[in-house]
Amino acid sequence: MGIKKRKTEETIFKALMVLACIMVGSSLFLIVGTIVVKGLPYLTWDMVSKIPQGGFYIGEEGGVLNAIIGSLYLAGGATVLGLCISIPISIYLNIYLKRGSFLSKSAKLAFDVLFGIPSIVYGAFAFSIMIWMGVRASLLGGVIAVTLLIIPILVRTLDEVIATVPKELKHAALSLGATRWEAAKVILRQIRPGIYTAVLLAFGRGIGDVASVLFTAGFSDNIPIYIDEPAATLPLAIFFQLSSPIPEVQGRAYASALILTIIILVIVVVSHFIAAKQTKHNI
Amino acid sequence: MTQHPLISVKNLNVHIDGHHILKGVNINIPDKSVTSIIGPSGCGKTTLLKTFNRLLDDTANVKVSGSVLVSDEDIYAPDAEVTHIRKKMGLLSQRPYPLPMSIYDNVAYGPRIHGVRKKSELDAIVEKQLKDTSLWSEVKDRLHGPAAKLSIGQQQRLCLARGLAVEPEIILGDESTSALDPISTHKIEDLFVRLKEKYTIVLVTHILRQARRISDYIIFVYMGEIIEFGPTEEVLLNPREELTKQYVKGFIS
Repeated sequence: MGIKKRKTEETIFKALMVLACIMVGSSLFLIVGTIVVKGLPYLTWDMVSKIPQGGFYIGEEGGVLNAIIGSLYLAGGATVLGLCISIPISIYLNIYLKRGSFLSKSAKLAFDVLFGIPSIVYGAFAFSIMIWMGVRASLLGGVIAVTLLIIPILVRTLDEVIATVPKELKHAALSLGATRWEAAKVILRQIRPGIYTAVLLAFGRGIGDVASVLFTAGFSDNIPIYIDEPAATLPLAIFFQLSSPIPEVQGRAYASALILTIIILVIVVVSHFIAAKQTKHNI
Repeated sequence: MTQHPLISVKNLNVHIDGHHILKGVNINIPDKSVTSIIGPSGCGKTTLLKTFNRLLDDTANVKVSGSVLVSDEDIYAPDAEVTHIRKKMGLLSQRPYPLPMSIYDNVAYGPRIHGVRKKSELDAIVEKQLKDTSLWSEVKDRLHGPAAKLSIGQQQRLCLARGLAVEPEIILGDESTSALDPISTHKIEDLFVRLKEKYTIVLVTHILRQARRISDYIIFVYMGEIIEFGPTEEVLLNPREELTKQYVKGFIS
């Protein structure tokens, strides 16, 4: 190939890359723009500080504090519970099991499959467990469903992060006479920033998911105090309000979406900030 | 060889994924000396080294038969304690991998996991090992700074100090200078020569000149078999085997 042809090829592909970036960037801008334009006028202090009062869903007094708190409870609880389960899983799969062993390979495949299962299936599964256990739609049910949903995300993300750690680091610890658990602690130190990324992904997925909490968490105009009470979530609140024909209520749906976006934005910024502080000793 | 062998390998066979990597290896590595393992790429040098501290355990589908005696203790015996075996051998890998901690904590890591808690004791160990690896004067003002900020040559010496801090008997080096610049290489080589008074050193190396500079004995491995083992000068200058002769002259690699 002549140099001219190669240069043309370079230009074409560079243009395609820039185009793709612009498309993604502008759609993000459009999404955020839409919720800001439609939601901001309705984003009053009442929206974030009050639970729905009588007639809220026909455009009268109240706010979505119940859904904000419910969502934070659900996503927060599920993330904590999910981490407690998935960190041991990834340590076992990556550090205890031999590299490339059958069990580790098949477990990773299983998590890939679980990763791809739609959230409504997790919701239905958790719902069937709840019926079997005699639990009604509640915060607990929602947390269980969301935990099931995010465990594969956490495990696969942690997996990728641990894979970036050179095996020699593990061998360095082992060759000093460390047990595998002690070697795991060294690796956990190394991947701390990655754990924040995993938490971020899991929390974001958990707080935004609607299908898994549809049957399991229920909906309530009150802030749940006990875990056996039903809890509202922002995505469901958006859904209910958006299906209303009243413009005031529809506007509040966009305001709720704006609140959800702001929560996620705050989580992203905070976790990046913490992660950046953790890399001091990293190799 | 009059010295008592510290590592004694008897009829060692290693299979990885069904491939016969080491074939009936018998070798006695003498105490308090530098022994270099040389041979072409993929001949099993590193595998042989890794059988000594049982790091091979970490690879799937490995079958090891035969015995490896270290100070007359079979490290592949069913009741052998792996952490104890590994503590006896410091490993220096191809590239330095400092632990994600400060310089001080890197050296103190080993003693800490083996139960040293007193700060004064740890301080003494860290200072001694950093001095032994001629790193002390370079890092004494930033002991609590990140180890990752050191130059790669300093990191490699730090890794050596870290390994020595657990008081091993043996130092295993897996092409420990291949990532280093000539000056750092020279420093590491000097350290090996100095350390052999107290330790038994086994090195895998690609560089024949290096093997000649620092080792007392040479093991030539070819296709998973030990072809020749003897004092450095004999193996390199007067090889008994035709294969060794060809390798030393650079005809096979």
